[in-house]
Amino acid sequence: MNAIIFSAGWGIIMMFCSFLVRNKSSFRHIAVVGLLVLLVVNILDSNGVAVFHIDSKNMLAYTRFGLLFNSIAIASTLIYVLLSGKDIARIGSYAAEYFILIFFVLCGVAILSSYNNLLMLFLGIEILSIPLYILTGSDKRNLKSNEASLKYFLMGSFSTALMVMGIALMYGGTGTFSLDVVRTETGLYKGVSFLEIIGLLFLMVSMCFKVSAAPFHFWTPDVYDGAPGVITSFMATIVKVAGFIAFLKLCYGRMTTTSTAIDWQLLFAVIIIATLLFGNITAIFQQSVKRMLAYSSIAQAGFMLFALFSLNDFASKGLLMYSAAYSLATIGLFAVLVKMKDVTFEGYNGLAKTQPVLAATNAIFLFSLAGIPLTAGFLAKYYMLASVVETGNYIWLVVVAVLFAAISTYYYFRVIQAMYFKTGEPQTENITGSFKFGLIALAAIIIIIGVLPQYLFNWLYF
Amino acid sequence: MIALLLILVPVIGGLITLFIKNKNTAKGFSLFVSIITLIFALIGVYSTQVNQLHFDVAWMPDLNSRITLGLDGLSKILSLLTAISLPVIITATYKNTYTNAGKFYGLMFLCQAGMLGVFLSMDALLFYFFWELALIPAYFLCSIWGGEKRIPVTFKFFVYTFVGSLLMLISILFIYSKTPDHSFAMQSFYHAKLSASQSQWMFWLFFIALAIKMPVFPFHTWQPDTYEQAPTAVTMLLSGVMVKMGVFGVIRWLLPIFPQASQTNSSIIITLSVIGMLYASLIAIRQNDMKRLIAYSSIAHVGLMCAALFSNQQVGMQGVLIQMFNHGINIIGLWIVADAIEKQFGTRKFSELGGLGQRAPTLAILFVVLCLANVALPLTNAFVGEFLMFNGLFRYNPVMAGIALIAIILAAVYTLNMIQKIFYGNTVALTANAHDSSFNINAALVILVIVVIVFGIYPQPMLNLAQESAKMFIAKIP
Repeated sequence: MNAIIFSAGWGIIMMFCSFLVRNKSSFRHIAVVGLLVLLVVNILDSNGVAVFHIDSKNMLAYTRFGLLFNSIAIASTLIYVLLSGKDIARIGSYAAEYFILIFFVLCGVAILSSYNNLLMLFLGIEILSIPLYILTGSDKRNLKSNEASLKYFLMGSFSTALMVMGIALMYGGTGTFSLDVVRTETGLYKGVSFLEIIGLLFLMVSMCFKVSAAPFHFWTPDVYDGAPGVITSFMATIVKVAGFIAFLKLCYGRMTTTSTAIDWQLLFAVIIIATLLFGNITAIFQQSVKRMLAYSSIAQAGFMLFALFSLNDFASKGLLMYSAAYSLATIGLFAVLVKMKDVTFEGYNGLAKTQPVLAATNAIFLFSLAGIPLTAGFLAKYYMLASVVETGNYIWLVVVAVLFAAISTYYYFRVIQAMYFKTGEPQTENITGSFKFGLIALAAIIIIIGVLPQYLFNWLYF
Repeated sequence: MIALLLILVPVIGGLITLFIKNKNTAKGFSLFVSIITLIFALIGVYSTQVNQLHFDVAWMPDLNSRITLGLDGLSKILSLLTAISLPVIITATYKNTYTNAGKFYGLMFLCQAGMLGVFLSMDALLFYFFWELALIPAYFLCSIWGGEKRIPVTFKFFVYTFVGSLLMLISILFIYSKTPDHSFAMQSFYHAKLSASQSQWMFWLFFIALAIKMPVFPFHTWQPDTYEQAPTAVTMLLSGVMVKMGVFGVIRWLLPIFPQASQTNSSIIITLSVIGMLYASLIAIRQNDMKRLIAYSSIAHVGLMCAALFSNQQVGMQGVLIQMFNHGINIIGLWIVADAIEKQFGTRKFSELGGLGQRAPTLAILFVVLCLANVALPLTNAFVGEFLMFNGLFRYNPVMAGIALIAIILAAVYTLNMIQKIFYGNTVALTANAHDSSFNINAALVILVIVVIVFGIYPQPMLNLAQESAKMFIAKIP
């Protein structure tokens, strides 16, 4: 509860700041303070100290898992704002508003990580999405940004409509919006009604839309490419993994109990293969690093879908691990990307000569995404693969997945090849010492998680 | 403690070297670090105190994985090889100038640390970690300092091995889920319970990773290109030590975990290895490039090791253990000569060389000794290993052993041909004013030649080390 109220509250406070505070650069600092406060109250919440006691009639349930995810999401946002805060403020002339919208998105994230009721899921998705439609179009003099925003809005509303339809059908089938349903073991499919299955399928499609899983991923590259780089970074990381957490809760709540009627695992297996295929194969042919990262985020979503496929202990732990590893690495990559004048692969040529720190940290982020040991990305992938192996079936799925992981090295290593093995004169914006320090710290976090994951686990399960 | 230090010294030394700007300081410092590593390896070989040789600390309790390092007969032999190779390589290439020398030597050390980690780890996840980590520095070394076509060639090498290791990861994960106590410890892996069909599948997933690294016949295509394009110092490290990771993996992990499956599949693998031996030897005869010839000869030698491993005989296994060390020594020597020739004349083509023996007698003598070791002449180190391996292979299947023997004859053909074309005959325009090899190259070669002759005449210490481990590994196979 703390996180939901504080994030919304801080957003409103910043709204007042936007006309009360004259100095533009101070918005960034106010946002950082807000995120710190948010992180603290959320950690307090996971230790049982709730500032607010609001009876939500069991519509929201604060599980340890959800609160942990909140901490990860808020911490990632904090790192994101610290690294790219200046670039966020520079998108347009409404510096404060961008931060406000980010706080509202976090409010949506907090609802999604704790919903126990389909209405709350809908509410969370909407609170999450609407600020994003605006943020996508925030570079309002840029035609591509406007196009992306409109596309995102139309596609997003379409998927939300499907979601509402699905929720209505599920209500018709079970008579409740709650995630946990009391089922009688009689009747067709052992108490699972046909309407509920159809509703769940609708819901699944709309969630696949949100997490950009194939074949519902077509909006992703255009939107990620059109949106300002800093905003893409936020959308591709925190927002996306929040969608996964919501999806995971839905799977635990409704899909495990309806598996007598329909083979969800098979459906997910098909979606995983399609996602990995589209994401990886199309990423190979990209010429722009930004667009490559958009496709790579689809490919990474394919790996995260493994958690929804296997739904065991490894899966939920692994998804937390994956969300941390993936978010941190992608935030780092985008932070460097927005500093580059030329975001094609050629633009990175020879970066190791002119900006060794940027190149070295970028290499670590790419290693993490590719899943090379010693980085957080390896353990994340490890957990995902282990969760499927643990189920005992579908070993072929794992084999296919690792082959795609090997393909993914092609486009990740293209950046490394450009930075280290080719010569060129990369044009970057002015790089400050503190930015470099932030990148080094981020790379260090990724390596520490990769070498000694126990520290993360201890922190998570304190 | 020794086991931990063996990895830590090159890691720390390497990290420091990465940041040394001055070329000569970097060289001197790296020679110093590599000698310290060698000293620790020697202490490890002669030490018998168990608590010194083992290191064990909790790492990821959540996954039941521990940092377990240990030195037994097998890892003693290989860590000694790894530790010897680096000082020799640095000495031999001391006159070479690399741009960013500090980075070059630093990455060499990190690569060495990764390989030592592979040989020492007694925990499957740790093994996998090091297995991958040895690859990353090698990737950078080849891609930055390599030849003309280095970037695509090295990437091919990387992708091949990366696909293999990911398949191995699946196998490791699956076995882990079947271990009695859900742990990555080596002993639990040895006692994992898999059904016949499961172990069949997992065997192949595991084997492909090792086969790519070794490389065994259909998976070898990355190797000649990579050896040719990589800077010679790195080629020495790759062919001398890194290919042994594959052979090592078979002995340490594959055979004990899948005793049944390795027996049922042995005929396929031995056939592939023998085909690979003949195929590589025949190609080697046709080569005009010194580096490519040595690369193909390496495929042939490793093929014999692989065949002997799956022959399931103790003598064969013992031979492989010895040969892993000896092959490493011999091939590093051959590369040093190849590098010396390339540095002096700017070419490695036989057609452009000749009569070098008249101008560079020292180099010629040392090279001939190494070449004779390469064809496993008696009184050289390789003879002992190859004899034992053929012994094992012969007991398994005389026909296969007979066919494999052809490859030995072919080895003599291409090796002697190489000596003749480079060192004998009349001098050509290029070699007319050649000078003899420099002191540092001679020093490195003399060390290697001493090892070749000592272990050729008196192989007993190595045999003892190998026998103890060979027995242990064979005993695990029902």
